[in-house]
Amino acid sequence: MDAQQALADLTEISSQIQAAVVFDDKGKVAGSTLADSGRAQELANAAARLLAAAEEIKTGDSALTQLEVATGEGSVFVVRDGETSIAATTGGNPTVGLVFYDLKSALRSIKAKPAPARKPAARKKTASASKKKTAARKPTTRKKPDAS
Amino acid sequence: MAVLLGIAGGMLAGAAFLRRQAAQRDRADLYFEDGSMLSLTNGSPGAERLLPLAREILGKARGT
Repeated sequence: MDAQQALADLTEISSQIQAAVVFDDKGKVAGSTLADSGRAQELANAAARLLAAAEEIKTGDSALTQLEVATGEGSVFVVRDGETSIAATTGGNPTVGLVFYDLKSALRSIKAKPAPARKPAARKKTASASKKKTAARKPTTRKKPDAS
Repeated sequence: MAVLLGIAGGMLAGAAFLRRQAAQRDRADLYFEDGSMLSLTNGSPGAERLLPLAREILGKARGT
C-alpha cells in the first residue's frame, strides 16, 4: 500500500486524527492528508524538528520510537519506524493508545507495500482476461514437450 | 452591586481555573524502544522546547 492510500484509510478509521503526514528521515513527504503540498512539507519539517528536539532530551541509549505532545489546542503524535515516520494532529483529549495503534498500523501497511500487495491486485484485474492468459500459456507449455 | 461583584468574581475565578487546567494539560510523553517512557510536564526544560514546536505543527495543520 502506498503512503497516500494508507493515510486515506487512517483518516477513515480514526475520527480523532485531523491531519497526518508521512515522511522519511530526510524530511521528504511520502503522503499527506493536506491538499496543499507546500503545507504538507512544512508540517513534515516541523515534525522532523520535533523528533530531533525530543531525541536531544532523551537520557538513555534506547532509540526514541514515538511521542505525544499534548497542548490545550490539541495533540501532536509522531511514530517512527526505521527511516519512515508518521506525524498526526488531533483535537484535545484524544484516546492516546488508540491513536498510537492506528498510526503504527498505518506505518506497517506502508512498509509492507511492495510485492505482496500489488501482485494479487494485478491478478484480480485480469480475472476477466484470464482466458487470454491461459490461451497464451498453452502454446508455451506445448512448446516445451515438443522441444524435448 | 454585591450581586454584580459576586458574578464578576465568579467569572474571574472560573477563567483562572480553566486556564490553570489547560496549562496542566500541556505535556510531552516520549516513548523509547526499550519500553521506557519519559513524561515532561509543562514548565520542565524539555517540555518548554517541545511544546512550541507542537503548537507550530497544530497551527500548520489547521492552516492558521
